[in-house]
Amino acid sequence: MRFIFKTDYDQDIRLAKHGGQVFWYTALLALLLAAPWIFPEYWLAQLTFVLIYGIVGLGLMLLAGFTGQFSMGHAAFLGVGAYTQGVLTNLGLPFPIAMLCAAGLAASVGIVVGLPALRLKGIYLGIATLSFGFIVEEVFARWEKLTGGNAGMHVKAPEIFGWKVDSSEGFYFVCLVTAVLVTLGVLNLLRSSTGRAFVAIRDSEISAQSMGIHLARYKTLSFALSAALAGLGGALYAHKLQFLSPDQFSIIQSIDLLLLVVIGGLGSVHGAFLGAIFLIAMPQIIAIVKDYLPAVIGQAPGLQAVVYGAVLILFVLFEPLGLYGRWLKIRTWLQLFPFYRKGMFKRQKSFQKSDRLK
Amino acid sequence: MQFLQLVISGIAQGCIYGLIALGFVLIYKATETVSFAQGELMMLGAFCGLAGLTMLGFPFWLTVIASIAAMALVGVVTERVVIRPILGQPAFSIVMLTIGLGYVGRGLITMIPGIGTETHTLPVPYKDVTWNVAGLVLSAEQVVIIAVTALLCLGLYAMFKYSKLGIAMQASSQNQLAAYYMGIPVKRLNGLVWGLAAAVAAIAGLLLAPITFVHANMGFIGLKAFPAAVVGGFGSLPGAIVGGLIIGIVESLSGFYLPEGFKDIAAYVVVLIMLMVKPNGLFGEKLRKKV
Repeated sequence: MRFIFKTDYDQDIRLAKHGGQVFWYTALLALLLAAPWIFPEYWLAQLTFVLIYGIVGLGLMLLAGFTGQFSMGHAAFLGVGAYTQGVLTNLGLPFPIAMLCAAGLAASVGIVVGLPALRLKGIYLGIATLSFGFIVEEVFARWEKLTGGNAGMHVKAPEIFGWKVDSSEGFYFVCLVTAVLVTLGVLNLLRSSTGRAFVAIRDSEISAQSMGIHLARYKTLSFALSAALAGLGGALYAHKLQFLSPDQFSIIQSIDLLLLVVIGGLGSVHGAFLGAIFLIAMPQIIAIVKDYLPAVIGQAPGLQAVVYGAVLILFVLFEPLGLYGRWLKIRTWLQLFPFYRKGMFKRQKSFQKSDRLK
Repeated sequence: MQFLQLVISGIAQGCIYGLIALGFVLIYKATETVSFAQGELMMLGAFCGLAGLTMLGFPFWLTVIASIAAMALVGVVTERVVIRPILGQPAFSIVMLTIGLGYVGRGLITMIPGIGTETHTLPVPYKDVTWNVAGLVLSAEQVVIIAVTALLCLGLYAMFKYSKLGIAMQASSQNQLAAYYMGIPVKRLNGLVWGLAAAVAAIAGLLLAPITFVHANMGFIGLKAFPAAVVGGFGSLPGAIVGGLIIGIVESLSGFYLPEGFKDIAAYVVVLIMLMVKPNGLFGEKLRKKV
C-alpha cells in the first residue's frame, strides 16, 4: 500500500502522482516507440488502429464519461473529419494543416449539434444525435461531387513539404505523436477549471448551475472538443484505410464507439484506450477461437454480433466501471492483499433519481 | 387521388412505427428505461410467425396467438433476467444493455443455419388481395394493419382506463416508490409491462412481415420508431401512434415529391425539427424538477 505524503498543493494537480506512475508510463512510452522494431507488420497495423480509436474514444469519453452527455451519432463527427482530410489531402494540402481543418470542421459541426443539446436531456439528446448521425451519413452518400457517394473515395498518403509518409511505420509514429499529444491535452483539460466544470455538470446539472457554471457554454464546449477529437481520429482513420465510403460511418460505428467507452470504463482516460484495445482485439480473438468451435457455431455469420452483445450485457450487469474499473479492483486487491473487503466498490442504487422530472 | 394513395400507404407504414413506438413508451412509462431492443423483439415476433406458419404448419389464427404469447414470455423473461438486476442504475447503462440485447437477438437469428441469412415471405391468408374503392387501390395488408392498430389502441386504452391492472400500471409509472407503498407489486408489474411491450412488438412484426420480408435485419426499423415516439412525446401512449402516423405520412410523401434520398432521412429531419421547436413532443407532459 502506497501512502502519498503531500507537502505541496501542486501535488494535487500533478499529472504523475508518484514515482511508480512515472516509471510505468515511461516504460509504456518506450515500448510504443520501439514497437515498429518489435512487432510484425500486422500487429503494428492493429496497434495503429488502437491509437486511432483511442483518440476518437477519448473524444467520446470527454462527452459521455466526463460531461454526462450521450451521443449516439458520434460516427458522424468521425466521418466529417475523415472526409475533410480526404478531400483536402487530395487537393494537395500538407497533412498537419488538413488534420487541423478536419478537427476544426468537426468541432463546428459539433457546436451545431450541441446547440439543441442545451435544451435536451438524456434519451432526447441520444435521439437527436442519432438522427443527426443518419442525416450526415445520407449526406455523405448523396454529395457525390465531393465524397464520391456510395462508390467511395480514395485518400492519398499523407505528405508534408515533399516528405511522404507512405510506410506503415512512419504513419504509426504520426498516430502515436497525435495520440500522446491528445491524451496529455485531455488530462490537462480535466485538471483545469473547465474539466472540473464538465464533471460537475455530469454529476448534477442543477448543483453545477447553482455553483455558477454556465451550462450552455460548457455543454457546447464539451460537444465541440469531443467532435474535434473525433474529427482528428477520423483524419487518421482516412489515411489508415485509404478508402472512404459512407457505410463506414453508420449507426453501427456509432454504437461501436459507445461500446468502446462503456467497456473501457466510463469516466476514465485509461478506459478510452482499454476500450479501443477491446474493440480491435475482439474480432481477432473471435477469429482465433472460431476454429476450435463446432462448425455450426464457429462458421455462423452472426457469431460476432452475439459475442459483442453478450460481452456488453455482462459488462453492464457485472462491471459497470468497465475494464478500467476491473483493473482498479485488481490493483486494490493486490495492494491491500489480505484486507480487501467485498463491498469496497459497491454500487449505490438510485431509485428516486428520475430522468423525467429534470 | 395519387396524394390520397400515398397518404394511405403512409398511414399503414406509420401504424407499424406507431406500434413499435408504443412498446418504447410502455416500457419508458413503467420503468423509465428506454429499450433499444424493441425493433429486434419485433423481428423475433415475425420469425415466430414464420416458424409457426411454415415449419410447424399451424393455422394462421393459432400462429398469431402462439407468436404473441411466445414473445410476451420472452419479454417477461428478459425483464426478470437482465433488466431487473440493474434497475436504479443510470438510464444510460440500461440503454447499453438493451443495445446488447438487440445485438444478441439479431446475431442468434443470423446464426440459425439456412434460415437466418435468408429473406422470407410470410404466407398470410390475405396476401395479394386488393380492393378498388372509388379509384383508390387498397391492399388487404394495409387495411389489416390499420384495423388491427386501431383495435389494439382501443384495447390498450380500455385496459389503462378501466382495469385494475392498467390503473396500477399508471400509478407505478407516475411514481414507483409511492405506488410500492400503496401495495402495488411494482416489480411484477414491470415484468408484465415488458411482456406487454414484447407482445405489441410481435403484433407489429406479424403486420409488417407481409408488406416487406422477414429477415434478421428488419429490426432496424425500430430506429425509425424512435422519432415517432419523440414526436408524440415520449411518455404518451396516444402520442406514440400519432407520432408514428406523422412519420409514416411524411416519409411516404417525401419519397414521392422530394429528390431521392429524402425518404430515408425524412423521419430524422422531422424529429430534429420537433426537438428544436417543442422538445416535449406533441402530447408530452412538461415537468420541471424542483430542487
